Amino acid sequence: MKGSISQLRKAFDHRIRLGVMSMLMVEEWVDFTHLRDNLEVSDGNLASHLKALDKEGYIELRKQFIGRKPNTSYRATEKGRAAFMSHLAFLEKIINLQRGEQ
Amino acid sequence: MTRSPNHPLKQLQDIHRMMERTSKFIGLSGLSGVGAGLFALAGAALAQWYLLTGGLNGYSHSLHYWPAQPHPWGWSPIMFYALDAVFVLAGALTSGIYFTTRRSRLKGQAIWDPLTKRLLLSLAIPLFAGGIFCLAMFYHGFFGFVAPATLIFYGLALIYGSKHTLHDLYYLGLCEIALGCFGRRFW
Repeated sequence: MKGSISQLRKAFDHRIRLGVMSMLMVEEWVDFTHLRDNLEVSDGNLASHLKALDKEGYIELRKQFIGRKPNTSYRATEKGRAAFMSHLAFLEKIINLQRGEQ
Repeated sequence: MTRSPNHPLKQLQDIHRMMERTSKFIGLSGLSGVGAGLFALAGAALAQWYLLTGGLNGYSHSLHYWPAQPHPWGWSPIMFYALDAVFVLAGALTSGIYFTTRRSRLKGQAIWDPLTKRLLLSLAIPLFAGGIFCLAMFYHGFFGFVAPATLIFYGLALIYGSKHTLHDLYYLGLCEIALGCFGRRFW
């Protein structure tokens, strides 16, 4: 149980991965350029973070053509949504703990 | 900047910002509303000027006798009101597009993406339904009901569209609906 929690923490402890998941929580399919422009990262950097999230099974991707341009969009899986929600709960718990200390 | 495991509050703020940027169009400019309002006032002033110049007794009255109405400006009431409406619409759209493009560039948000398309679609559905309904009322001579009906449909469109943009639109919509409801007296 302890192992799975630290694994969960690792998936979200980066600003970019956290940002990607936040956006995928509120939208069904979000395309690569939207993620890139809002996170202000390079293509390669974003791609590696997306690969990491995909490996965890948190997101799935869809490739299609819009006109002649290839377009890749992403969606959070059920597993990804559940993981994100527990991460939010985790953040809340820390904040409450910090409040208690003060 | 990249790693923030010890700042849960900062993380939550990031999450909130990202969610908002993805689900809400924040580039909507208040000035575009002011611009549209100024054009509407100008349109109303023109109409009033038209009525006064022609010695016409009110808007509804001028329309009830429209085909036979001689006017110094050479336009029949229906023709003039149509031109006036086109002027207001063109002015409002131009100022809206101008200010909104400017502001969304400032905020770094795209002006034409799935988000704005959805916002426009949700605004357009009640607006078009209301527009067609108002044209029908106009055609059948219920002139006095057109103005409050446009307010009500506009308010509904704003409330429906407020999901995809600034929440202030919701309250603006409520005000429009209230104005529309009391635009006709019950007594």
